[in-house]
Amino acid sequence: MKGTGHAVCVGSDVDTDMIIAGRYLRTKNKQLWAEHAFEDYDPSIAGRLDGSVIVAGTNFGCGSSREQAAAALKAAGVQAVVAKSFARIFFRNAINLGIPLFEVADFECSDGDEISFDLENAVVEAGGRRYESGRLSNRMNEIIAAGGLIEYLGRRK
Amino acid sequence: MATISERLLGSPAGSFTDLELSRAYAHDGTGIQALLSFSQMQTKVRSPEKISIIYDHIAPANNSETANLQHELRDFSKETGMNFYEIGEGICHQVMSEGVCMPGEVVVGADSHTCTLGAFGAFATGVGATDMAAIWATGETWFRVPETTGITLEGRLKGRAEPKDVALTYVTRLGMDGATYRALEFIGDGAGSLEMDGRLTICNMAIEAGAKAGLFYSDDKTVSYLSEFGKTAERQETEDCTYAGELHLDLDDIVPVISAPHRVDNAAPVDKYEGTHLDQVFVGTCTNGRYEDLKRFADIVKGKKVAVRTVVVPASKRTLLKCIGTGVLSDIVDAGCSIGTPGCGPCLGAHMGVLGEGEVGLSTANRNFKNRMGVGAEYYLCSPSTAAASALKGEIADPEACR
Repeated sequence: MKGTGHAVCVGSDVDTDMIIAGRYLRTKNKQLWAEHAFEDYDPSIAGRLDGSVIVAGTNFGCGSSREQAAAALKAAGVQAVVAKSFARIFFRNAINLGIPLFEVADFECSDGDEISFDLENAVVEAGGRRYESGRLSNRMNEIIAAGGLIEYLGRRK
Repeated sequence: MATISERLLGSPAGSFTDLELSRAYAHDGTGIQALLSFSQMQTKVRSPEKISIIYDHIAPANNSETANLQHELRDFSKETGMNFYEIGEGICHQVMSEGVCMPGEVVVGADSHTCTLGAFGAFATGVGATDMAAIWATGETWFRVPETTGITLEGRLKGRAEPKDVALTYVTRLGMDGATYRALEFIGDGAGSLEMDGRLTICNMAIEAGAKAGLFYSDDKTVSYLSEFGKTAERQETEDCTYAGELHLDLDDIVPVISAPHRVDNAAPVDKYEGTHLDQVFVGTCTNGRYEDLKRFADIVKGKKVAVRTVVVPASKRTLLKCIGTGVLSDIVDAGCSIGTPGCGPCLGAHMGVLGEGEVGLSTANRNFKNRMGVGAEYYLCSPSTAAASALKGEIADPEACR
């Protein structure tokens, strides 16, 4: 799976309350989550998410297990997330919703930079530089490539 | 020799394994999302007797939209034969700790604080909604067996220092991502000295250091605790093993601490924040809503009046009943505190004590993230005794001064 997107940069320890606040959780309306994504972190972000790649520091998605955090990013049109490190529940949730993830300790870029990524080869490129990401397991790659865990399990039937 | 996580998951650290789960549970928040995912899987619930649904997050419902969503999951869980716990039964982790979860089990909950149950020597970890839906369908899930940070606890807690102070201290020492992807294993004489309520508090906050699980070995105290629920539990033998990381804490050195907004990993002795004006004190949650917590709070406020509005929410119906039976509830109500339905209370910022802009709160919960318990508000974290001493003064106060 390959793709591109413009960078939307956030800092370290961005928790899932920041990605989607508790006051918006009780709904089935994914578009509502997209509209309010990162509202408590930086309200200007939501409007820039379509076609983006989130670039985060360490421990992205820490805190609550709310899958709405990953679902908000997907509904908003986020193509992939590159982080120095991920919190593990968000990591699983994003994979289960088919969002490509890349863990790169020394990734550098600025808001708006063009980023390209290649899931199978675990490679991200930005600013003319190529970064190797930690590899996901084969199964994780298959789940993402299928579009998420629901689709993956459906194909295995 | 193996860590307890390696023994329970049956594989060495770093390997991937598929395991059938001993039990799995979700609450009204994540369960509704899991049902959305499950309905797209077009399959049946594999082992409903192992699955529980516990209403705790917004319980009772705060509006019609929430009520409608809750109605759907309530009907589904009853139709499929899952174990359903209605509003007021308590917080999911607490309900599972009242004679349900047993040593040696592998448990998954759709909530980040599922790690609480590691206190029993069970491997318990949190997942999201779609993972939970897949577990409903298959009864199993995959794990990457975690490396372990061994936390050696020596000595004994003194004065008004409590298990919560141990938890805030170790999270601060490790940092918010100091144990990401890892398990924490609590060992040493000091670990053995802690009662089950304290072990539950300490394991509960493992996730605040990013850990996948926090575990104690099952011992005489575990066996005795579970026997009160009519359950026969096994002790677990400790083994010498090599840890990926280690931390030593002397319980004698632990003092009452406060984690200031908006990070959990910045605990400092209470005196650093003494005198900070408070608009509200909240006592409860899966961290500190147990009987022993409410008793410690009541022992300090008994016969006095709180100087700030104070919300107390028991972690479960059983906790509430015990508080009624022993007079702890009267002490708390007489002191001027307000009592909420057993459950999560305002912890997730949905109802029952959310703060307004510019307000400052003190809470026995596990997270003080920006805006979590009120947009534009600030929340400090502490133990029940510190909450009690502070409630009496209307400002942050050191519980050691209370006698």
